[in-house]
Order: sequence, then C-alpha cells, then structure tokens
Amino acid sequence: MDEGLVRSLTPSVIGALVRRGADFAAAEDATQEALVEALRRWPSDPPRDPTAWLVTVAWRKFLDATRAQTSRRERELRVEREPAAPVGSAHDDTLTLYFLCTHPSLTSASAVALTLRAVAGLSTRQIAEAYLVPEATMAQRISRAKRTVAGVRLDEPGDVGTVLRVLYLVFNEGFSGDVDLAAEAIRLTRQLAALVDHEEVLGLLALMLLHHARREARRTADGAVVPLAEQDRTRWDTAAIAEGVALLQSALARDRLGEYQAQAAIAALHADARTTAETDWVQIVEWYDELVSLTPNPVARLNRAVAVGEADGARAGLAALDELDPGLPRYAAVAAHLHERDGDLVTAAALYAEAARAATSAAERDHLVLQAARLNQRAAASPAP
Amino acid sequence: MAKYLLLKHYRGAPAAENDVPMDRWTPEEVAAHIQFMQDFASRLEESGEFVDAQALAPEGTWVRFDGEGRPPVTDGPFAETKDLIAGWMAIDVDSRERALELAAELSSAPGAGGRPIHEWLELRPFLSEPPTVTE
Repeated sequence: MDEGLVRSLTPSVIGALVRRGADFAAAEDATQEALVEALRRWPSDPPRDPTAWLVTVAWRKFLDATRAQTSRRERELRVEREPAAPVGSAHDDTLTLYFLCTHPSLTSASAVALTLRAVAGLSTRQIAEAYLVPEATMAQRISRAKRTVAGVRLDEPGDVGTVLRVLYLVFNEGFSGDVDLAAEAIRLTRQLAALVDHEEVLGLLALMLLHHARREARRTADGAVVPLAEQDRTRWDTAAIAEGVALLQSALARDRLGEYQAQAAIAALHADARTTAETDWVQIVEWYDELVSLTPNPVARLNRAVAVGEADGARAGLAALDELDPGLPRYAAVAAHLHERDGDLVTAAALYAEAARAATSAAERDHLVLQAARLNQRAAASPAP
Repeated sequence: MAKYLLLKHYRGAPAAENDVPMDRWTPEEVAAHIQFMQDFASRLEESGEFVDAQALAPEGTWVRFDGEGRPPVTDGPFAETKDLIAGWMAIDVDSRERALELAAELSSAPGAGGRPIHEWLELRPFLSEPPTVTE
C-alpha cells in the first residue's frame, strides 16, 4: 500500500468533514484516527473508493468523539440533524486547508507543524521526530495552532505567498527522521501547483526540484558537506533537473518574475554546467541582480558577491562584499572563499577559522575548520612572499 | 542504570596535553577527529548507552529578569575568562566506572599529529528519580 497516496487524501477528508458541520480541530483529529485505521486495515482489505472510505470512517470517529463529550449536547443535536452532504469539491477543500494551515496569525513553527499534519497527513510522532522535539511538545504545538485558527472563516481567500513561505521552510529547514521532509515539501508544492495557477508556485516547485536533484552529491556518506564546486555532477538527478527547468520555463513565460523563479533560474544555470568553470557566471550575476531587487534577503547579496567573484574575478567579488554588513551570517565564510581565490591564503585561513566559530550547524562548522586547516597547511608549505 | 553528562569545554578546563587549535591540524587530522567522534557516538548507540549529544556555539549572553513589564537585562558577550561549554554527551550506564571509562575513551580522540588530545572532560551524574522501594 502506498502510504503517500493515503496521506495525500488527508486534506479532502478534513474538508468534507468541515463542510458537514465539524469544526476544523475536531475534523482534523477524526481524520488522523481514520488514517491510522486505513494504514492498519487497507493492506488486507483495500477499499474501492479510498476517499469515501476515509470520509465515512472519519465522520463516524467525529460523531463518537462528539457524543463522548456530553457537555456539548447542543452541538451533538445539531450534528445529528445535519444531513450528510455529498463529498464535494475535494479541489477547493484541499486549497482551503493550505491557506488555513499557513494562516498569517500562526508562527512559522506552528504553520509548519499544522501543514505537515493536516495537509501532508503525517502523524504527530513523525513530525516530532523530524524536528527533533519530544512528541508531547509537538502535540501541544499542533493543538495550540488549531486553536489559533479556530476562528478563521474557511471561505476567506488566502495569500499564495504565505503558503509558499511555509512550504519553502519545510523544504529548507527539515531535519532527518524517518520522513523525508524535502520530498514531502515537493509533494505538497506539486499538489498546490495542480490547485492554483500561479507562476511563483511553479517557480518554487522548480527551485525545490533543482536543489533536490543535487542532494546525493551534496553530502558524503558520513554527512560531511561537499561544496558545489567539488560535487560529483554525474550523481545529480537529471530527470529532476529536466522537470525543474521545464517548470521554470513555463513560469518565466508568464513574464511575472518573483523571488522563487529568480532563485530557480540561478539553480538551473548551475545544473546546466558540467563543471564550475563551465558555469555561466555572468548570467548568474544578472539573476542575482534581479533577485536582490525582489527581496531584501541579505543572503542573496552575499551569494551575489560569490558569483561576482567568479564572473569578474576575486577582487570584484571582494568589492561587492565590501558594500555589505560584516555582521551578516556567513559573511566571514564568503570573505574567506574570495580571499583564497585572490591567493591570500593566510587571510583566508583566519577567516575560515572565524567562520567556523560562527557556524550554525556542526556539519558546516566541520567543513569550515577543514578549509582553515587545509589553507594553513598550504600557507606553511609555501614561503611567505 | 545511571545517567551521566560528559561536558566538553571551549575554555575553563585544565589545558589538554596535546593542546593545538584545530585549524592548525592537517586536514587529514581534522577528518580523523571528526570520524572518531562519529564512531564513538555510534558505538554508544549500539551498546544502548547513548542518550543525547549536542554541540553549542562558542558565544552566549547572561540574561536575567528585571521586574514585571521590563525587558530582560542582558550582559554579553561572555568575557574571555568565562568558563565556556562546547557541548555535551549524555550517557546511561551501569556504573560510575563505566562512565569514567567512556569519558576517558572520548578524551583519547585524535588531534594534532594524530596523537590523542588527552582533553579534560567534566563528568557529572544526573540527579535521578527516588527509588520505588525505600525500606
């Protein structure tokens, strides 16, 4: 049985329950229980219509839970009278849930957790493991998030931009557990692209696919970071790259550029090159110029300085870096890289060591210490000028 | 079983025997050290003695309550003389002897010249739950 397929039905089941009169929080709980039962029963007894089966079972779970709460007699009566509505537009239900789970009233962490449960259909335990927090903590985060959005009207139109930000967070900041969050983010973005016609949804999907394509080459078997220039490009996933490029082209054809399309364009230019030397750095700098005009994100400016260093030489890159705030995260790492390209190994080594002290992950720190060690060794081997 | 915390210090511990900053090692020595640390944690997971391991950034801030409705008072970054913890490993072992043995093994991690660092680690027992049977 395909667990992913079962989970992909989650939002339409929740939506069906909500349209029959259940509130979102109760509908979500009942759907989770139905999913658990489906995963247990379907392998030996697959249903003819999985969605209808889930809606029926979830609705029964909802009624059981409602009846159990005798203090809520009023609602029980209302629910009993409610005629069972036909399973309506699953399309609209699913889209509504994306907007609800990424509602601007939620913090990023809450929006991510709620999206993974109600849209992706993951269990609380799976989400907790993915983010390395205790299951009880994640359960609280999700139930608080549900309370926060309890008053949101489900027919309010949402902002695609907030949905994309949350999906990008899932893709970018997911830790490892038994669930592949990057793949999950791609699945959710792909599903969203089928629901709304928006060039930035295509742009984000293209961006994710292009980065995901390099995943195998980005880490060694031990988890050490492999920089782009040193990656074994034969290990890049060419099918994912082809799909990403095609999606990007269809997005760009609409002539409404956004930050995800610009980032995807940069990723596509990297994907297109067989080596760092063959990379079209001039065009990459042009895309960074577009990106910098679209977003205040300082990381884009730092990366632009690296690209300028490749396109116009290390000195030009250092000049571009000079215009930025030295307090930016990864500033020292970028400065180290450019000084090394400029041949100043001693300065570069000191900057790599400084960057290692400011690193925010152990893998990044180890990588930067190694760079410092490598350059100190080379500097010691060659006499000072 | 008893839980112990192994604390590694950036500063504040007695100087290690083989005390050379990591960026002055050769790249091969750095790689060997990282490999040793990973293998050590895997061995503890396999033996069922691993609880948790975390690394900390080498910066921090003192902070305290300053009264209702007032923003927290902060003091930082830390002074150069302050004891500074680099990270920890929590283990769950049969005896204090086993805890000492594991701490010594961790302290034997290779450093400059491929020789053990002989780094001083701080070993701290957790306070545990009171036993069910008390008499």
